[in-house]
Amino acid sequence: MIGLILRRLVQAIPTLFLLVTGSFFLIRLAPGGPFDLERPLPPAAMQNLARVYGLDQSLIVQYGRYIAALLRGDFGPSFSFRDLTVADLFARGLPVSMILGGLALVLALTVGIGLGAFAAFRRGGWIDRAIGLFAGLTLAVPNFVVAPLLQIVFGLTLRWLPVGSWEGGAPSHLVLPVLALALPQIGAIARLTRASLNETLNAQPVRTMRAMGLPPWLVARHALRGALLPVTSILGPTAAALLTGSVVVETIFGLPGIGRAFVDGALNRDYTLVMGTVVLVAVFVIVLNIVADILCAFLDPRLRTAR
Amino acid sequence: MSRAWARLARNRSALAAFLVLVTTTLACLVGPLFTGHDPGRIYPDLVRTAPGLAAHPEPDEIAPALTRLAFRMRVAASGIVVTGGSVRMVLSDAAKPIDERVLIYLPRSDLFGPASIVERQDGGRRLVVEAPVRRLRFILGTDVLGRDLLTRSLVAGRVSLLIGAVATAVALLIGVSYGAVAGYLGGVVDAVMMRLVDMLYALPFVFFVIMLLVFFRSGLGLILVAIGAVEWLDMARLVRAQTLSLRTRDFVRAAEALGLSTPAILWRHIVPNTLGPVTVAATLLVPKVILLESFLSFLGLGVQEPATSWGALIAEGSRALESAPWMLAGPASFLVVTLIALNVLGDGLGDALDPRLAET
Repeated sequence: MIGLILRRLVQAIPTLFLLVTGSFFLIRLAPGGPFDLERPLPPAAMQNLARVYGLDQSLIVQYGRYIAALLRGDFGPSFSFRDLTVADLFARGLPVSMILGGLALVLALTVGIGLGAFAAFRRGGWIDRAIGLFAGLTLAVPNFVVAPLLQIVFGLTLRWLPVGSWEGGAPSHLVLPVLALALPQIGAIARLTRASLNETLNAQPVRTMRAMGLPPWLVARHALRGALLPVTSILGPTAAALLTGSVVVETIFGLPGIGRAFVDGALNRDYTLVMGTVVLVAVFVIVLNIVADILCAFLDPRLRTAR
Repeated sequence: MSRAWARLARNRSALAAFLVLVTTTLACLVGPLFTGHDPGRIYPDLVRTAPGLAAHPEPDEIAPALTRLAFRMRVAASGIVVTGGSVRMVLSDAAKPIDERVLIYLPRSDLFGPASIVERQDGGRRLVVEAPVRRLRFILGTDVLGRDLLTRSLVAGRVSLLIGAVATAVALLIGVSYGAVAGYLGGVVDAVMMRLVDMLYALPFVFFVIMLLVFFRSGLGLILVAIGAVEWLDMARLVRAQTLSLRTRDFVRAAEALGLSTPAILWRHIVPNTLGPVTVAATLLVPKVILLESFLSFLGLGVQEPATSWGALIAEGSRALESAPWMLAGPASFLVVTLIALNVLGDGLGDALDPRLAET
């Protein structure tokens, strides 16, 4: 088990390296710089700025410095938010995105697995079809349509919940964003659970258990354990989807999270902020992928020794 | 294969989805010619018109519109009477005779046809004028600038569907050739190639695309390439898995024994045999691509004005949510219906080609 974790961690290093290198040079190749204003600064000021931020060095030197700083855990100063480092911005935005994403993940998993299991146990019935329809709908209605709809219904018409802003993470301000973020994932997880549970329910051991007259909840426990493998294996992609979804959700609901910081940073040519966000998100996705693999190995003993 | 078609034809929801898709595509292609409005045409007097079948201007809209026009004509309008398809009014000016050229304001306003003078009174200071009322229909309403939403949704659909098709084709091209080469060559080449795919899988690609689009002024071409370049990974894995099992089959062995070159074997024997699952994956990829494009356009990074796509229209709609909710409803329904239809069709294709379900 420890070997598996170590191997996956070592494998993550080249991935991150590739990502950092790729995005670093991509950003620098692009036209426009962080200090381009509508009214250009005097050349002397530009030179000073470039020197302070190390932009006057050759690209290779800048790259080396950035990597060295990154290895020390230093994301560098932000180019667009003066007096703030990228780490400061993360310290502000990360809790927001983490709370949103974490709650959405928990909601998506519980509701998605629940609905999928319910549909599989009532296979072919109207409940199965209704859940299938619901899952199909949530998959096809993008969250930038769902979010405004939620705002209209619960915010403007019923006036139950606020339509936006963070307010220190007050629960009433969290409900709609989390719902908008989780809905598409609920559909995906429900479909996956239903499909794999249908397969395990027909598998020999489970059929034997049913034939022997074991109580349904016991059968469900055994069947679910096998059926949850595919669900755990999409944890990584799901987390990635939640992270990208948060870009939209944070924009619509006006939440000060990482997603919005990324888009703003990209628009302002904030090299370090964009790089930092990409690295951070990549680390998240990679770590969650590893966690998913470990969970898979935990659920399925065959995977512990394989590879 | 033909049995698969028969199974597909028996799947009523897949068939319905196919019909919906054909209808939507045709409507987007030729529909804008028949809606009676140009997608860029602005009707300043009909801003934020609610959707419906009624013709505009409606009777209660005529008097305020005329008052506004009279103000611009620097005359006073009174005695406005609407009869059937035309309106009769009295224009008056206290000081001097009215310059009759100001009547050009009436047809220019989009709401009325060319005006004719019925009677001149008081030495030209009072004119009795009659003008036909135009009848404009906006089934899905108009946007904040006064453009017809139906026409715009259909034109936007062209862009969205085009991106869906072309970006999928790009992903297909890269993914199929990559997967087939990796699977067929095997060994170290395969290991290296698939290692790269695994690495790319772990990356937050949408962030990468956003970065690309922001830094290199976004255009249709870049969007197509960026989306296509992101979505080929699944295809590559799928084709590689297929190729691995095909490689040991007798007809491939025979082709090798006959001395066919590797590209020829890949092209003639491997790729055609992977087409079944690839078709399913491609059908399911189209909605993903359309969704990704709408997502980018929603953030303002996708298709730029004057071109538009469903995502861009939805973004406009969500900004005008309180004053004109139909601006969101129209384009969003187009998008959602298309996505559902594509998903249902893809699932149907998958079922039809799944040998395990062959007997059912």
